[in-house]
Amino acid sequence: MSPMEEQAQYVLRTVEERGVRFVQLWFTDVLGRHKAFHVTPAELEDALDQGMTFDGSAIDGFSRVQESDVLARPDLTTFQLLPWYEEGAGVARVFCDIVNIDASPFEGCPRQQLRRVLGEAHAQGYTFFVAPEIEYFYFEDLAVTSAPVPIDRGSYFDLLPDDTASQLRRRTVLMLEEMGIGVEHAQHEDAPGQQEIDLRYTDALTMADTVMSVRHVVKELARQAGVAASFMPKPLANVQGSGMHTHLSLWRDEHNAFIGDGPYGLSDVATKFIAGLVRHAPEITAVTNQWVNSYKRLVPGAEAPVGASWARHDAAALVRVPSVKPGRIDSTRIEYRSPDPAANPYLAFAVILAAGLRGVTGDYELPAEGERTAPLPQSLAQAVDLMEESTLLHETLGAHQVEWFLRNKRAEWDAYRGQVTPFELERYLPLL
Amino acid sequence: MLCVPSCEGPVRKAFEVTGVTPAVSASGRLNEIAALEPADGFASAVINAAAFPFTDAMNLCRQLRSRDRSVGPIILLLDHYQLDDLTFREDLFDDFVVGPLDVSELATRLRHRLRRAGNESVAPRIEHGGLSMNLETYQASIAGRIMDLTYMEYELLRFLATNPNRVFTRETLLSRVWGYEYYGGARTVDVHVRRLRAKLGEEHAHLIQTVRSVGYKFGTSPSEYST
Repeated sequence: MSPMEEQAQYVLRTVEERGVRFVQLWFTDVLGRHKAFHVTPAELEDALDQGMTFDGSAIDGFSRVQESDVLARPDLTTFQLLPWYEEGAGVARVFCDIVNIDASPFEGCPRQQLRRVLGEAHAQGYTFFVAPEIEYFYFEDLAVTSAPVPIDRGSYFDLLPDDTASQLRRRTVLMLEEMGIGVEHAQHEDAPGQQEIDLRYTDALTMADTVMSVRHVVKELARQAGVAASFMPKPLANVQGSGMHTHLSLWRDEHNAFIGDGPYGLSDVATKFIAGLVRHAPEITAVTNQWVNSYKRLVPGAEAPVGASWARHDAAALVRVPSVKPGRIDSTRIEYRSPDPAANPYLAFAVILAAGLRGVTGDYELPAEGERTAPLPQSLAQAVDLMEESTLLHETLGAHQVEWFLRNKRAEWDAYRGQVTPFELERYLPLL
Repeated sequence: MLCVPSCEGPVRKAFEVTGVTPAVSASGRLNEIAALEPADGFASAVINAAAFPFTDAMNLCRQLRSRDRSVGPIILLLDHYQLDDLTFREDLFDDFVVGPLDVSELATRLRHRLRRAGNESVAPRIEHGGLSMNLETYQASIAGRIMDLTYMEYELLRFLATNPNRVFTRETLLSRVWGYEYYGGARTVDVHVRRLRAKLGEEHAHLIQTVRSVGYKFGTSPSEYST
């Protein structure tokens, strides 16, 4: 049996043995929204064999002028039972790559985009590992008529009596572990109702899949507990927003390529990678922070970066070089702090890697520590303009996706800028 | 499964790997064999022709063949010089393995013969320190609790558990288990081991041991590690 046949056999047999009733074929649109087909075991063999044909035109970023049929092809290595369904009425999931009918990679598929950039890194001998810290809020509900109400009043690292939020966070971590997702730690974050789950590093493709799974599990368990979870970057005006600080390292064979004799034990590769991130940060921000709301998190005084800089300790720096514990030199890494958890993780990791690699291949010089080389965009409109000018993004994401992204995001901005906000009414109506 | 006349060394290991318990008949006499026979009959017979006179071994095969109740496929273990003697006796056996015996070859042949014989009741199985893997159904359980594994986790666990107490480097595991170019590189092995340990649960996580600056090994207990 070929490895593919063996994998298919594994999946089909497991479905049979475990009484799986549905298999969800997961994929994401360009904006990172979670999509799924639900197939019954009877249909599964065909789906595994030939993929699922569907009309991509209804899906954001998938539509093209001439042709709209694409194929979702399951990546069988990602087959996994979803542990919150009952035994005997099981549901499993498998991530899909989207390909064209002729089986060539579909350029609108974020997972394939990430694969391509990882392939480029691989060609240079590198593997890319990431470990995100995912922040989110638990609210009483997601009604949009008034400001959301957090389900607790805790703050940073607070150990609260065993309330709903703590129980929920703990159940979520256990559920993730059951799915083989390693959680380094989880804690209460700074704002009321805000939580953080820090994931243990994996290769970037697995991690992008994992981020999709985590968002799904967090929301599902919150729903089961009668509350709601949100990864919106800045849901409450006067407290911190939710970020997705992402720890990065490049490996060459079994060795961490970021370890060296440079500042803070960093290698030449690491400093150039940082330089690449710092230089290209403004143009990739449209991808790592893709919503109007994302820019309300990236404001001064909120421990979020507002400019392109690197430092060891500054919580407002864009790139931070975390201290490495004695004897744990392999954990040498850098932390990229602008992304938010509402980003498309596939595209976010792809552009972060592409920016860093540019620094390595282009021999970029590291700016002085703490020096702000450029501001980050202050709004989606600015971010999108920077994206349009960016050769890096055109080369990384392809013309098709950049063009679609620009159109979609400009429409979002236009819809937003015509709004009259409570801020304006409060401030101007009595006065003007 | 019937085993004549002894079951030691690589033969015993192969049985362990295959997950079947041998019934050993030292005499190779039919009455002893009948006494050992389980209610649902033997699934297969392994005759070590190198361990007793060749003609006796062939006679035994002939007797087993003419018996009312089949013993399932007959597998001969031979020395190289005995190969010529097999001529015109092809009907007496179903498969043969030439010494020196290779555990995984013998196990694979056993498994293959059992499967060809359509014997569903003897699924190839790995049992080790509370871990049970049914290689036919791809299901693994730890202390009776079913584990939900991805394909690569299953493959890694199967590889490690098939070769208990052997230390493998990350590179070896990557090439033997993944076998193809993979984005994760050698560190992927760490990630999968971490995930497997999480799924094994705290109590059994030690089944996969980290061997400092080398790699990993699958072992039964910490005490075995220290001996």
